[in-house]
Amino acid sequence: MSAEPKRAKPGEFLFVGLFFAISAFLLTQIGDQAKFSAKGKLFAQPAFWPGVGVIGMVLFTGLHLLTHMRQQTKDGTGAEIVVWLRAFEFVGWFMVYVVLVPRLGYLPSTVLFTFLLALRMGYRSPAMLGWAATSGVAIVVIFKTLLGVKIPGGALYEYLPDGLRNFMILNF
Amino acid sequence: MDLLLSSFDILARWDVLIALVVGSVGGVIIGAIPGVGAAVAIAILLPATFSLDPIVGLTALLGIYGSSMYGGAIPAVLVNTPGTAVNALTTYDGYPMTQRGEGRRALSLAYSASFFGGVFAVVCLIFLSPVLAAIAPHFGSREIFLASLLGIILVVLAHRGQILIAGALACFGIWLNTIGLEPIQYSKRYTFGQSWLSGGVDLIVVVLGLFAISQAIVLLVDKNRAPRTGTLSGDLFQGFKELFRYKRVASVSSSFGVLMGMIPGVGEFTAQFMSYTAARRGSKTPEQFGNGAPEGLIASEASNNAVPAAAMIPLLALGIPGEALTAMMLSVFYVHNVVPGPQLFQNQMDFVVALYIALLVLNVMVVAFLLCSTNLLLKIIQIPTRFLGVIILTLSFVGVYSLRNSTIDCAIAAGFGVFGFMLKRLNLPIVPIILGMVLGGIMEAKLRTSMMRVKSPLDMIDRPIAFILFLLILVVLGSHVWRMWKDRNSTEDL
Repeated sequence: MSAEPKRAKPGEFLFVGLFFAISAFLLTQIGDQAKFSAKGKLFAQPAFWPGVGVIGMVLFTGLHLLTHMRQQTKDGTGAEIVVWLRAFEFVGWFMVYVVLVPRLGYLPSTVLFTFLLALRMGYRSPAMLGWAATSGVAIVVIFKTLLGVKIPGGALYEYLPDGLRNFMILNF
Repeated sequence: MDLLLSSFDILARWDVLIALVVGSVGGVIIGAIPGVGAAVAIAILLPATFSLDPIVGLTALLGIYGSSMYGGAIPAVLVNTPGTAVNALTTYDGYPMTQRGEGRRALSLAYSASFFGGVFAVVCLIFLSPVLAAIAPHFGSREIFLASLLGIILVVLAHRGQILIAGALACFGIWLNTIGLEPIQYSKRYTFGQSWLSGGVDLIVVVLGLFAISQAIVLLVDKNRAPRTGTLSGDLFQGFKELFRYKRVASVSSSFGVLMGMIPGVGEFTAQFMSYTAARRGSKTPEQFGNGAPEGLIASEASNNAVPAAAMIPLLALGIPGEALTAMMLSVFYVHNVVPGPQLFQNQMDFVVALYIALLVLNVMVVAFLLCSTNLLLKIIQIPTRFLGVIILTLSFVGVYSLRNSTIDCAIAAGFGVFGFMLKRLNLPIVPIILGMVLGGIMEAKLRTSMMRVKSPLDMIDRPIAFILFLLILVVLGSHVWRMWKDRNSTEDL
């Protein structure tokens, strides 16, 4: 397998190892998780294509691991894991935003999200924070007001006066 | 003539024209900002186009797809940072030209070569249409299965040096597509008793996670960068005159772009590599390549801009996407009950020709926009990367949530965002997952249909096109094994 890279990147062995373990687990579950009856052609079995997928995953990741066993892995796996974990902070931000939209409404949640995340990312100047909030408004106007994408009005809008409530639910 | 008039009739609507303008201008801007790229933009905009007419939605997305590479050349030439991944080769000769004070000339050549490549590909597409219309009906279930199989093999083999992991990720895509209710017997597959998995994992949720959310995380985690650019003075038309001096390079490179674009899984990088090598071989000054050779710049830009139009061929004629962006567009077709494939060429040829014309108009609009607004784009390039990350994460929400207003979809997309982030950190490919999902679904359906009509597996290749495709698969696999064996021998010799 000379076409494979000579040296793995930090964290690659761990990543592929985890991928292999999950693939092997999925393969052990195929009997329970997909139907395979004695009758009928092999290709028509519901378990055939998931089987192709998981067997391929196990086979290819297994071969990848074997080729990497002989390669000297670069140092820095620990540092790489820290970087991976940092991604979860932003997933957290994203999920809080997802939870807030049906409650606060799309416009208030988006402006709050862009403003606070810009602040978290180290922007302190009024100009950049202003741009962040303006971008939030622009995104809502483009997608909800103009393109009419399906995003429900916030529960908070129920407390607005009648005319304004309908306007906000429809447009923001 | 009737066909042409009917196609113009499809396009002659204000909403289509607006989609063309928004798509082409938006694509240039997105392409010019390093770290965004057409894939992210198309992934985000995809659900928003579902409420539009097929031609309007597709024109907007095609606009972004076809014009992002134009914009990507700007930072590649001026600040040595490719706007999109496919502009990487442009930096080899574009940036050295800027360093010696020829930035305007380099940019002008990049625009003209891109325009030539884009228009050349559309003209080829128009001339190939009757041939495709004649051949496409001969593609039945078994031929489409074999073509999809060939596509997935090519996608995996295209990732030289990462073939095993690309294969694993393609198989992961195939497996992902099988989650949920199986389409014939309606039995559940890999749902682990969870009702929210019964509907399967939506391709768009995966695409948004792998492309948009992962890119947002990359930008948010990395150090903040804001490229600094000056301003350009003078007109940018000179490249169009200069291109005539290098018309052979432009034509050969565009031809490579068209050929490679038509083959699923191959795409821009191979086209660029072949064009660049051919241009250097044919040059009187090959030593200048990599140090600011105009032919190198032309080869890179003409070939990569010829690919988008050509990549539409397997998508429209056979319903087989060749790479991630056309895979995303396939979902737009399906949402509007327009099924790409042989039937499309037989029944809706005017729609196909309308798409070609839209691509042609798009190239003209993009060049006109670039000639007028390059200095404005130089300001947009300077947007700080972390700020872009904030915006992309915000936009990702619209893409996922507007599909079904589902928090679970958002959580799945976020999960794929982290997975995509890890893949990007490790320089591992993402595209095989998407193509595994799309082509896996096509292969499952077509294999079942075709196996019902044959007595033995050998009957699968008893028709001429099926046999040719089977031979192609053998040749591709055989040549790869041969290359591996040759590489191994040469390593041992050392």
